[in-house]
Amino acid sequence: MTKTEKPLWKLFLSMLYISAFTFGGGFVIVTFMKRKFVDEYHWIDDKEMLDITALAQSSPGAIAVNASILVGWKVGGFQGMLVAVLGTILPPMIILSVISLFYQLFATNRYVALVLRGMQSGVAAVILDVSLSLGQKVISGRNWIHLAVMVLAFAATFFFQVNVIWIILASALVGIVTGLIRKGEKA
Amino acid sequence: MILLQLFLSFLQIGLFSIGGGYAAIPLIQSQTVDIHHWLTAEQFMDLATIAEMTPGPIAINGATFVGLKVAGLPGAVTATFGCIFPSLILVSLLSFVYRKYRELPMLQHVLSALRPAVVALIASAGLNMLLQVGFDGRTGISLPGANWAGLILTAAAVFILRRCKWNPILVMVLCGVAGLLLGLAGLY
Repeated sequence: MTKTEKPLWKLFLSMLYISAFTFGGGFVIVTFMKRKFVDEYHWIDDKEMLDITALAQSSPGAIAVNASILVGWKVGGFQGMLVAVLGTILPPMIILSVISLFYQLFATNRYVALVLRGMQSGVAAVILDVSLSLGQKVISGRNWIHLAVMVLAFAATFFFQVNVIWIILASALVGIVTGLIRKGEKA
Repeated sequence: MILLQLFLSFLQIGLFSIGGGYAAIPLIQSQTVDIHHWLTAEQFMDLATIAEMTPGPIAINGATFVGLKVAGLPGAVTATFGCIFPSLILVSLLSFVYRKYRELPMLQHVLSALRPAVVALIASAGLNMLLQVGFDGRTGISLPGANWAGLILTAAAVFILRRCKWNPILVMVLCGVAGLLLGLAGLY
């Protein structure tokens, strides 16, 4: 890909657009980024997007900002990073400034509440769709260690609410151990 | 002076909140309510509610809300910058390290074990959202009390996303419209 002005502008607009519409936590925005940058623009492959998610999740600060920094560097270097971060933080800043002026009106409005409730369904659907696609890939990889990591990580976070940091550290440890075993086999 | 305080205060929030919004909320509360008295407890609740209803990370929402209130637009910009500053440095460094060393066999093993875990985390976030839609969270799961309209809407949206490959943001906005219409029809 040539690093002309076009991807920077496209990157900025995409981030602006994604950030303006993604309600909910960091995983929501990462899923939308995956749909845009992996599936639509093919700027990033899905393995790297998962790496970006893991890195963004394990670093300090907002996941959305961290992910945009990583995507920005990948797509357009330093300028890409600045543009991506700006695109990510501008919509919440603007929307929040406007809403804090009309807070009472906004918070008690029945129509706003109905739209937001409907949008929750949409957000759940987008995340489930992306998890299904990614999950199918892990399953078709037929690597039983990866399958076990996926199942155990799911159980740990969904049923036992284990802190995400422990899950990431434990999976990294699994990776180190399998790496050492492979190395031992080769030697 | 107040700008410097805002900057340093949100710098700490940005630096010590690992793992996203739920880690950031108590930090924002301690900095803005307990330490600096920029917000009352009630205003903090307002902030949490607005953050829940609007897009964007809660730390950015908080920085804008508090900054505006304490020092106007320069305050909002300064607080937000403070909040993202640690990420700008640390995550950029991480990005460099990742790009430089990711071909190392050992790191390959670590990353390939991390990926299925991340898939699981995303799936869990999705299912929690589904529980939120259907049962208002995980506390009261009962079939008669379920929000069937919301669950059917979610199922329809998943179907459209998988089969017709529609743009996810369009699907989300359409769900918002559907929520409004269902609500006005008394079904939601």
